[in-house]
Amino acid sequence: MPNKALGQNGYYLPFVSPLNSATASQIHNSFRSVNQCKNPSPFDSSKRMAAIYSLYIINKSGGLIFYKDYGSAGRMDTNDSLRLASLWHSMHAISQQLSPVHGCSGIELLEADTFDLHCFQSLTGTKFFVVSEPGTQHMDGLLKQIYELYTDYVLKNPFYEMEMPIRCELFDINLAQAVLKDRVALLGR
Amino acid sequence: MQFFGGSEISPSPPLPTASGNNGHMMYVFNRNGICLLYREWNRPLHTLNAQQDHKLMFGLLFSLKSLTAKMDPTSVDKGNLGVPQLPGQGCSFHSFRTNTYKLSFMESPSGIKIILVTHPRTGDLRESLKYIYNLYVEYVVKNPLYTPGTPIRCELFDSTLDQYVRGLG
Repeated sequence: MPNKALGQNGYYLPFVSPLNSATASQIHNSFRSVNQCKNPSPFDSSKRMAAIYSLYIINKSGGLIFYKDYGSAGRMDTNDSLRLASLWHSMHAISQQLSPVHGCSGIELLEADTFDLHCFQSLTGTKFFVVSEPGTQHMDGLLKQIYELYTDYVLKNPFYEMEMPIRCELFDINLAQAVLKDRVALLGR
Repeated sequence: MQFFGGSEISPSPPLPTASGNNGHMMYVFNRNGICLLYREWNRPLHTLNAQQDHKLMFGLLFSLKSLTAKMDPTSVDKGNLGVPQLPGQGCSFHSFRTNTYKLSFMESPSGIKIILVTHPRTGDLRESLKYIYNLYVEYVVKNPLYTPGTPIRCELFDSTLDQYVRGLG
């Protein structure tokens, strides 16, 4: 797994300007520390440098089927995340009703004072949304990527029951990698 | 609060651009959820009658505010979801975007909410909303014939607002 992560690292290094050597070494260090880490999850609570704060996946009826926190402040228990997820589901639906023109498919981006919420709804009604730092640009790509991982590792898992909470190890591993890659790309900028 | 700085309207509105006509509609609510003003410039789709529409809009904003206050990833003590909050308390939001429209939102410390619905590709309208709030102060609050908390019927305000929103980029 460390080798694979380094391989992905190679993808992003060309984007780093050669003038900005401080940033490049920073990335290198962040990778080394992650790879040397005993804990398999690179997102332990000691690291509070978040490009994305959390990820939610909700099924077509608004039930939370996946939630992962990547270092937001404060405590959020299971009940809170469930409530927030179903609240978002309703807000998404109401925003469609209030559209001044036809063909509205719900909120894509909510800009709050301290965070941005990017939402992607798949054709089957499953919604993916990430809470990120304000002004983060490339979240659509990340959401599509997460959707791809969902189709590959969750929907194709024969033991997964539709609309039920996601417990797939492969999905977790690949998601952690995708988010890490995204974070490194952000650091390199 | 910054928008209480000067009482006179700034001489140059923040976003005077040539290509306008991006505005769909605008709402002004007071803190009790009463719709003080509803203006409509370009709205082909009406799903509900006017009163229901205003209620739904106020409800959406109210719930979105409690959602953002609870979701705020930077504050440690957020309280419970749905706890009533004073204007300016907790993490609020300033806009959201769908594929067909963009809604910009501003709340004054007295609880006046200004909502502007525009084309989804419109830029940041926070300054424009402050300017509209200034117009409200000048033409509505300072109008001796206006009773606070009642729907706004003020010709001068309406015409200035129309003119300003039509010029928004």
